[in-house]
Amino acid sequence: MKKRHALATRLWHWLNALCLIVLLMSGLNISNAHPWLYWGDAGFQPARAWAAVPRFPHWMTIPDHYSLAVARDWHVLFAWIFALSLLAFMLASLRNRHFARDLVTRRREWRVRPILADISAHLRLRFAAHGAKYNFLQKLSYGVVIFVLLPLMILTGMAISPGADAAWGWLGQALGGRQSARSIHFITAAALTGFTIGHILLVLLSGPWGQMRAMIGGGRRDEQA
Amino acid sequence: MNRRNLLASLLGTMAAGCTRIGETAPFAWAVDQAEGLHRIAHRAIGGPRPLAREYPPSAISADFRGNGSTDVPTPAYRAHQAAGFANWRLSVGGLVERPLSLTMADIRGLPQRTQITRHDCVEGWSAIAQWTGPQLGPILDRAGLLPDARFIVFRCADLLYGAPYYESCDLADAFHPQTIIAHRLNGGDLPVKNGAPLRLRLERQLGYKHAKYLTGIQAVASLEGFGDGNGGFWEDRGYQWYAGI
Repeated sequence: MKKRHALATRLWHWLNALCLIVLLMSGLNISNAHPWLYWGDAGFQPARAWAAVPRFPHWMTIPDHYSLAVARDWHVLFAWIFALSLLAFMLASLRNRHFARDLVTRRREWRVRPILADISAHLRLRFAAHGAKYNFLQKLSYGVVIFVLLPLMILTGMAISPGADAAWGWLGQALGGRQSARSIHFITAAALTGFTIGHILLVLLSGPWGQMRAMIGGGRRDEQA
Repeated sequence: MNRRNLLASLLGTMAAGCTRIGETAPFAWAVDQAEGLHRIAHRAIGGPRPLAREYPPSAISADFRGNGSTDVPTPAYRAHQAAGFANWRLSVGGLVERPLSLTMADIRGLPQRTQITRHDCVEGWSAIAQWTGPQLGPILDRAGLLPDARFIVFRCADLLYGAPYYESCDLADAFHPQTIIAHRLNGGDLPVKNGAPLRLRLERQLGYKHAKYLTGIQAVASLEGFGDGNGGFWEDRGYQWYAGI
């Protein structure tokens, strides 16, 4: 029997979920150290910030009190797990054709009418994927997360790090400077948090029991939803 | 229980659990491994000696911020300040063949390097400034490092929260061309709030490594015996020794 989700997909999904939660919660603690965002290379005066970030309450930070030192420990440790597991998942998904088979959109999917129909079906909470494993909106959102947002977290994180920046200065310059990279790191984290909340809501609305069973045990290939 | 409370209690449980895990020895071990791996990766991807980016004069930040210690309120320092730091000395000792005691004139007489670099604080902010001073490498060569020397420890005049500030780096960073003993900032003498009369510039690492109010440089085989043995004032308070990230 063919599994609906490959083992590599399932392992990475849950490991990545853990990484994102730990990185977000430790990141919010780090943000509390200087909750202002700037554009360009330099920035240290709150009056020149483009955004004043709210101070995050302790129940949503790791550790559960303000500690920049310990929050950074969690962040730099899970940065490795996050980046290496994403790399391993990408290599496995090229090899087992998960990307080619399930995530690549076809030209015929990029037409206005079917896309509108797909959006309208989602709004009416009907989630049938016609033949393919994922519908167009799923392919698009998973594709943006896997190929844009997650790599952007790693690249902006490297551009913030003075050691990596000395080695790969082109990266920080391409992102508009260290403080711009820090701003993009923050915005991308917010986008990923938004995706995760939407993702969880849609799982809850589309048969959470079956979805969870499939992402843990693998499920059956011919299973819908 | 409403949904908001449910979310708060789920995340709160996660936060509290991670706080407990964060206090265990295996977690500290894993963090040390991650820190070392970052250092190795940074040095691997950049080749043997990548330079931190240097900026044009137009990029210099107005009013370079003073952070951490911004003064040394002792009678001895006040006397140096009144004398324009003419009698300040920098000792170079430890595992060296020829201990040195450099005057400010000695330091100004060495070949100088001027660099406009970005200072990145661990808190997240950055400021750009021009620094001038002799490279540390040739000073260490003049003193002659003994084969056992593995780290350079920087002693400072300032106390922060009542404890002496100090820092350290490995020999790769000590001999990096941008590692200088700065005595000038943006073309003027180093201001008191920025570490007068001498401070370390250890580009490629975070601000807390750039020790201010330097009094001595010591070559050592081990970081034990200084502070709590973690290699620096902030390192003794839980921060990472390799501050390249």
